[in-house]
Amino acid sequence: MVEAGRSPNIEILTLAEVESLSGKPGKFKAKVKIRPRYIDPDKCTACGQCMQYCPREAVDEYNERLDFTRAARIDFPQAVPTAYYIDEDRCLQLNHETCMICTNVCGPKAIDFNQEPEIRELEVGAVVLCPGFGNVPEEALTKYGYGIYPDVMTSLEIERLMCVSGPTEGEIIRPSDFSHPRKIAFLQCVGSRDVSCGRPFCSSVCCMYAMKEASMLKEHAPEAEIALFFMDVRTQGKGFDAAFERAVDKYGFRVIKARVPKVEQVDGRLALNYVTEEGTVHRELFDLVVLSVGLSAPEGAEELAKKFGIELNPFGFAKTEVKDPLTAKSGIYVAGAFHGPKDIPESVMQASGAAAKVSELLAEARGQDMVEKEFPPEDQELLEMPVRVGVFVCHCGVNIAGVVDVEAVRDYAKSLPGVVYAENVLYSCAQDSLEKLKEKIKEHKLNRLVIAACSPRTHEPLFQETLREAGLNLALVEMANIRDQCSWVHADDPEKATQKAKDQVRMAVAKARRLKPLELQKVKVTPSALVIGGGAAGMAAALSIADQGYEVHLVEKEAELGGHLRRVKFLAEGENPQKILKDLITRVEKHENIRVYKSASVENISGYVGNFTSTIKVKEGSKVINHGVVVVATGAKEHKPSGYLYGKNRKILTQLELEEKLSRGKRGLGKTRRVVMIQCAGSRGEELPHCSKLCCQQAVKNALRIKELSPETEVFIFYRDMRTYGFYEELYRKARNQGVIFLRYEPTQRPEVLKKGRGIVVRGYDALLGEEIEIPADLVVLSVGVAPDKENPIAQILKTPMTDEGFLMEAHVKLRPVEVAVDGVYICGLAHGPKPLEETLAQAKAAAGKAVIPLAKGFVEVPPIVSRVEEKKCIGCGICASLCPYNAIEMVKKEKRRKAQVIAAACKGCGVCGSHCPVFAITLGGFTDEAILEQIQAFGLPEAEESKEAELEKEAA
Amino acid sequence: MQFEPRILSFLCNWCCYAAADSAGVARFSYPPNNRVIRIMCTGRMDPQFVVEAFYVRADGVFVGG
Repeated sequence: MVEAGRSPNIEILTLAEVESLSGKPGKFKAKVKIRPRYIDPDKCTACGQCMQYCPREAVDEYNERLDFTRAARIDFPQAVPTAYYIDEDRCLQLNHETCMICTNVCGPKAIDFNQEPEIRELEVGAVVLCPGFGNVPEEALTKYGYGIYPDVMTSLEIERLMCVSGPTEGEIIRPSDFSHPRKIAFLQCVGSRDVSCGRPFCSSVCCMYAMKEASMLKEHAPEAEIALFFMDVRTQGKGFDAAFERAVDKYGFRVIKARVPKVEQVDGRLALNYVTEEGTVHRELFDLVVLSVGLSAPEGAEELAKKFGIELNPFGFAKTEVKDPLTAKSGIYVAGAFHGPKDIPESVMQASGAAAKVSELLAEARGQDMVEKEFPPEDQELLEMPVRVGVFVCHCGVNIAGVVDVEAVRDYAKSLPGVVYAENVLYSCAQDSLEKLKEKIKEHKLNRLVIAACSPRTHEPLFQETLREAGLNLALVEMANIRDQCSWVHADDPEKATQKAKDQVRMAVAKARRLKPLELQKVKVTPSALVIGGGAAGMAAALSIADQGYEVHLVEKEAELGGHLRRVKFLAEGENPQKILKDLITRVEKHENIRVYKSASVENISGYVGNFTSTIKVKEGSKVINHGVVVVATGAKEHKPSGYLYGKNRKILTQLELEEKLSRGKRGLGKTRRVVMIQCAGSRGEELPHCSKLCCQQAVKNALRIKELSPETEVFIFYRDMRTYGFYEELYRKARNQGVIFLRYEPTQRPEVLKKGRGIVVRGYDALLGEEIEIPADLVVLSVGVAPDKENPIAQILKTPMTDEGFLMEAHVKLRPVEVAVDGVYICGLAHGPKPLEETLAQAKAAAGKAVIPLAKGFVEVPPIVSRVEEKKCIGCGICASLCPYNAIEMVKKEKRRKAQVIAAACKGCGVCGSHCPVFAITLGGFTDEAILEQIQAFGLPEAEESKEAELEKEAA
Repeated sequence: MQFEPRILSFLCNWCCYAAADSAGVARFSYPPNNRVIRIMCTGRMDPQFVVEAFYVRADGVFVGG
């Protein structure tokens, strides 16, 4: 959020709504209505005075109506823009023309009641729709007593309640009597998988978030007993199953497979009646019931669809096709939950994918209208002068000055060695203060700056930029955090807080004296990509990068393109996968920007982001190519189970093998009267630890196909949890309606496949009957799951980490799902984790979108906090190179001696190398040993002086 | 007089320093006995930093990462 807010090429319009859209892809005109905020965000410093003095209460919608707030407010401290706003509906001034208190208390004079709604016309090339999701219908909640019994709460309310900045500061209390609930129940599928409220689909995310909330509740209140009521546990995401099981183990949750029909209140507690799978009726009392509410289409989706001329699916979400899951209509793309309920990683993938689509469409216009800031050259003369430190002590309105004696801190700063100037600033980050800061630098010839204000995490980039504008190197500023880590946390002890502020300023000044200018390095990028793997993911990524205008080398180990998709004959969504595949292959082979290497393998990859060199082994020998980025789409394998008589009897097939049969129509089925499918034949703890995500829909899809070809054929499916998430749930329902019989089994009672006489039987346990059953089968179909390539040679060459299961590990599970720890390397498809075709294609586009960023920039900018090796001191021991987690140090021969050399573009500045170098040959930009030691010595200073004084006194006595 | 320890904290920019900021945003309150040095990663911690801190009479060193 902050990053988007800081980008000079992103304009954020809040309180805004698109009124209409005209024109065509590449040249749209959008009319946007912007409602007034009544506070100028450029002037607002988010000090909070307006809210503090605002006399008008308002219901806090952000906190799910569990709390009150004020008419003048900010919903949460990290909001972007970090500016307050005034609630039109509640403000006294706006409704009754009386009050104006906020105007009077606002230091920077940011409040403006004269603001009017504004209409802006924007010229845009493409549109990305991401309006998110909406609430479940009221009746889905009321039928569980929500709104009638106060202790029935939604999962969203619990989320706010658990938040430390929420209405109870993280204390879990039940609304009816403010007591701590000791017995809590989570009811799943509220407003999901429920035909009665028009939400037949599965919301995909609730099982996982319920587990997360339950775990957090346990952390808050370890004595609480928690039961979770599921229909199926749908934790199909990457690593989710393992997380779920860990949580159940650690916190002792009760996982009950039952759908609770209703909630009643009995003597101040809540009674749940439910029937478990064996058919037993239970009645149990709870203190708090949490409804795990589902994800609905966003409010106003229909209107939105009309405005943009896009289609919606029957449930009000944006309609797309499998082959292009990001496009709602040419030039209009969709990302996130508006496309269907989905978790954060899938939403982020879609978002990056949509960005790639936009970049394909607008490739020609790339760079036009782009804003790049220019800075004056650095003032060498000023730099060469002896150290002249300027200290600016910020009041931050009353945020700091209300606690810390800022004048005393300023005077103290003046007394410190090296300081030539110190002053107080009301708001150091305000635009006019920054201008003044530049003037002071010139006027007092300051060449080191200390800003005693808030956190460098949020504000250092701003001051660094100001320094650059003033002709100083960006590394010459140091911040003393006297707000977030001082005045805000020590509000009850102004004296000690002032002392702490003085100490932090002294330490900052000490460090500032040692600061040296650092160079912002730029490394040129080779504008081409290497895509490894010619399956659906690799091809889709290659096409996107090529369509965005860059050269692509696509390497496929087999003799033809297509990967696993070649074996998929039908899709759950109804589209023809072979047609999608054919289109992909034709486009890839014809594309002028793509070189395809078939029957080829990647032998070696060296280099770093922007400048990789790879050797590709082809039939004719090897080929060396240079490229700027790598996309790894090496796929996975169909798991081959060792049990279930697989491979020992021709009546036992995998789902893909069945698909092959089914693709021959009725003929393929022959006289098959009864089919038994076994889910998780390998997955979820048998031979593969993970859930393979796509087998449930695959089984249901094939079962329906069998029913279509031969309605009289019986189909049984043994399963643990049917994970037909999202809209796949529709297929599951359809299969049940068409007479497919689903039998749940526990992992301790996996079904067995046995030979009996000349036939085959499947022996399993029927929970409802409470006994073992044997089903003779003409065909046994195993849902075998997706097996990763554990010895993935590419991962080994690139040193990218892998998960325990053997899939490639992303840089951040949620926020960076297509990047890996090594810069310039992107992942997609089955190599990242099991997923259906639609998600694979979206992820491939996402990887392409991310991969093009360095290519389009043309250079990689290296932040100055990287390590440097002093060659003279280096003894070439190589400890640093072996420890570096980012592969950013290489050992090179220099004048016949081994020396460490830092690859600046790959270094993250963590400093592991520096702290382990036995000869102190490595320094960290901005965090040198001298600077930190100086800071430590400054920490000790007053103590040392005091004791010296004491000693002197002693001597005198 | 009560013992008032002076603690020097080395906080990792990405986690513990961020957490200390969040504590402020949430207006938590804790004793004002620590002084903070921000580092980019606790991997940066050099044993000499700890030794130096005790040498200049820190009563405790806190490494958060």
